[in-house]
Amino acid sequence: MENERQNRGKDEPVIKIRDLYKSFGSNRVLKDVNLDVYKGENVVVLGRSGTGKSVLIKIIAGLLTQDSGSVCVLGEDVSKLDDKELLELRLKIGFSFQNSALYDSMTVRENLEFPLVRNKKHLKRKEIDASVERVLTAVGLAQTINQMPSELSGGQRKRIGIARTLILNPEIMLYDEPTAGLDPITCIEINNLINRVKEDFNTSSIIITHDLTCAKATGDRVAMLLEGTFAKEGTFDEVFDSNDGRIKSFYNYNFIK
Amino acid sequence: MSVKQAREFIVSKGVDSFFVDLNSAVKFNIRFFREVFLPPYEGKEIIKQCYEIGWKSLPLISLTGFITGLVFTKQSRPSLAEFGATSWLPSLVAIAIIKALAPLVTALIAAGKVGSNIGAEIGSMRVTEQIDAMEVSAVNPFKFLVVSRVIATTVMIPILMFYTGCVAMLGSYINVHTNEMTSFVAFFEQAFSKISFLDIFSSLTKAVVYGYTIGIVGCYQGYNASQGTEGVGKAANASVVVSMFLIFVEEILIVQITNSIRG
Repeated sequence: MENERQNRGKDEPVIKIRDLYKSFGSNRVLKDVNLDVYKGENVVVLGRSGTGKSVLIKIIAGLLTQDSGSVCVLGEDVSKLDDKELLELRLKIGFSFQNSALYDSMTVRENLEFPLVRNKKHLKRKEIDASVERVLTAVGLAQTINQMPSELSGGQRKRIGIARTLILNPEIMLYDEPTAGLDPITCIEINNLINRVKEDFNTSSIIITHDLTCAKATGDRVAMLLEGTFAKEGTFDEVFDSNDGRIKSFYNYNFIK
Repeated sequence: MSVKQAREFIVSKGVDSFFVDLNSAVKFNIRFFREVFLPPYEGKEIIKQCYEIGWKSLPLISLTGFITGLVFTKQSRPSLAEFGATSWLPSLVAIAIIKALAPLVTALIAAGKVGSNIGAEIGSMRVTEQIDAMEVSAVNPFKFLVVSRVIATTVMIPILMFYTGCVAMLGSYINVHTNEMTSFVAFFEQAFSKISFLDIFSSLTKAVVYGYTIGIVGCYQGYNASQGTEGVGKAANASVVVSMFLIFVEEILIVQITNSIRG
C-alpha cells in the first residue's frame, strides 16, 4: 500500500471534483462545485449550516450520488464504480461522522475491530489486538477499550470514531464537523489529532466545518462554500481577507481575530 | 396545492407514494434473496439474532401459549357439554391450536415484540448514521443487519410456534385433567388422532412465512427510516402494523391453499 501511495503522482489530485451538481427535489444544494485535493494536504470546506458541505463529502464517499458532474477519488470515478469496486475504494477512505456514528451495541474494542475483521480476514487475533491498541494509542484513549459508546464523552466518541477509520490505514480522511458540539479545550485536542493523523498516517483530508478555529488550525487550504458553490479558495488568510461581503459576514460572527 | 405541484404526481400523492413504496419493498425483497446466498456469511450475527429473537421471547410466548390453551379449553367445555361431547375436547383443542392458534399467536406476539424491536433498532442506526458508517467502512450493512435478522426470524418463529403449541396443549391438558381426570397419554392420543401430516406441514409453512414477513418488514421499515427520532418511532410502529396486516392476509391464503390440497 505504501508503494502504491508513493507511486501516485505528487501533482495528481487524490480527489478531483468537476462541475458537480446535486439537488434534493427543488432544493439545489450544490451547483458547479470544482475542487482538487492533493496528496498530504488538509483542505477545509468552510460554510454555514445547510450549504451542502456534508452532502459534498457523502458524494465523495459514494453515500450519495450527484445529479451531474464527476468525482474522482484516487483516480476512480466514484459514480461509475460497481458495488465491489466501491467497497475496495472505501477501504482507502476514512469517514469521521458528525455524531461519531459509533455502534451503540458494541464496546469500543468491537467498534474498532468491526471493519478490520470483515475486510482483512487473514489477520490473526494478535494482529487485530495490536491494530486496535495502535489506533487507540494514536487517539490517546487506550483506557476506554472495554467501555460502551454511551459511557464516553462527546470528545471521546469523536476520537474513537476517528480511530475506527484509521484502523484500515486510509489514504484519505473525510471529517464531517469534527469539532461540532465540543467545548473549546476538546476542540483544540481534536484539531491537534487531525494534524497528527495527517503526519503519522500520511493522509490527505477534507475537513467540513463552520468552526474558524478548526479551519485555521487544521487547513493547509480553505474553500469557502456559499449558496452551494465555492466562493473563495486559498490559504486561511487569503480567504479571511476577502472583500466578498458574504464571506465577511460569515467571519464577523466569529471571534478569531 | 398549486397546479404546478399537482402535476408532480401521476395520480395523487397518496397513490403515487403507495406504488413507490411497493416498488421499493419489492426491490428490498429481491436484494435479500440475492444477498442471502452470497458470501460473506454473517454466522456469528445470525446466531446472536437467533438468541435475541428466540430465547428472549420465551417468557412472553410461554405465558401467552399456556393461557391460550387453558382459556380455549375452558371456554369450549360448556358448548361441548350441552351435547355430552366433552370427551372431544382434546381433539377440538388440538385442531384449533395446531392448525390456527399456535402459528397465529406466535406470529402476532413476535410481530409486536421482535418486529418493533428490529424496526426501532435498525431505524435508530439509520438516523444516527451507523448504517452509513458501515458502508464507508467497506462493510455491507444489508448483509450484516438485514440478512442476519431475516434468517433469524425465519428460523426461530417455527421453533417458537412448535413451543407455543406444546405449552398451549399443556395448558389445555391441565384443565381437562382437573375436570375429567383424563390421563396424560389418553389426552394426547385423542388430541393427535384428528391431526394429519398436512395440518402440521401447513402450520410449519405458515410459521416460516410469518417469520420471514416479520423480519423483512421490520428491516425494511428500519432501513428506510428518516426524520430523526420521529422516524424511529414510525419505523417501529409500521413494522408491527404492516407485518400484522400481512400475517392475516397470508393466513387466509395458506388456509385456502391447504384446503384446496386437501380436496
